Amino acid sequence: MACISPDGKPTESGAKMLRALQAGLGSPEEVASKAGLPLFRVRSGLRELTEAGLAKQRDDKYELSENGAEMIK
Amino acid sequence: MEQIKEQTTHMPRIGEPAPAFEAVTTHGKLKLEDFKGSWLILFSHPADFTPVCTTEFIAFSEIHPELQKRGVELLGLSVDSVSSHIAWARNVEEKTKVKIPFPIIADLNKEVSLAYGMIHPGQSKTETVRCVFIIDPNQIIRTILYYPLTTGRNMDEILRIIDALQTTDNNAVATPANWRPGDKVVVPPPNTQEMAEEGLKQGYECTDWYLCKKKL
Repeated sequence: MACISPDGKPTESGAKMLRALQAGLGSPEEVASKAGLPLFRVRSGLRELTEAGLAKQRDDKYELSENGAEMIK
Repeated sequence: MEQIKEQTTHMPRIGEPAPAFEAVTTHGKLKLEDFKGSWLILFSHPADFTPVCTTEFIAFSEIHPELQKRGVELLGLSVDSVSSHIAWARNVEEKTKVKIPFPIIADLNKEVSLAYGMIHPGQSKTETVRCVFIIDPNQIIRTILYYPLTTGRNMDEILRIIDALQTTDNNAVATPANWRPGDKVVVPPPNTQEMAEEGLKQGYECTDWYLCKKKL
């Protein structure tokens, strides 16, 4: 897992993506721009964060889940 | 062996959609569709911790900033494990100070290699040859290069092909032999006599009606 460590916490890049979602719903392109990460990494990372319950997908956009928000407090 | 023989009979071709995949890489699990909207160079190497491949990885890393300027991502592949890729990338960085900035697919089950015709049993039944697939933002294969195990690839040519493809797409022209950015480009040949006559009046540099060049 590139965005989630074995202990279940987000990696540095995972945390960057979660922080980029703090302002609300965002597309992968918006997250990539805010997080300063390549778009392909963000698309794959948001999939992982969603599977891990740290982000939620709504149509083509993503938002923080309660767990995700807790992780970056 | 039978499976390899059977599956390598379908080789992806220029102009076809790139075969979809989901693969374990040094940057996590990636799908081909994750690269949609960017140009992608998918390239295979025979094995980690081998001399020619090491020189190529250093060279690909060195042109990475130039590729980024052109909206191109790099994705390596071999049939080694992720642990091997990570150990090799760390070794390259430690010994040469060059950081490998792009992901590398660990294609242990050869799923991607076979889908892209990267294993040429006449060269090696277990390793991928040196392939380069240039895939456009719509995920269509635009260029395929194959090099044997013993010959390292030429980064200048890879950059030149990217420049040529992007120039063609942006300007509806072709590029002549040995073209370099800034050189004259080839005007598409006319399809009718009327277009041929009009073309000759455009002020292009024409050898004859079917071979005209212009400055962009």
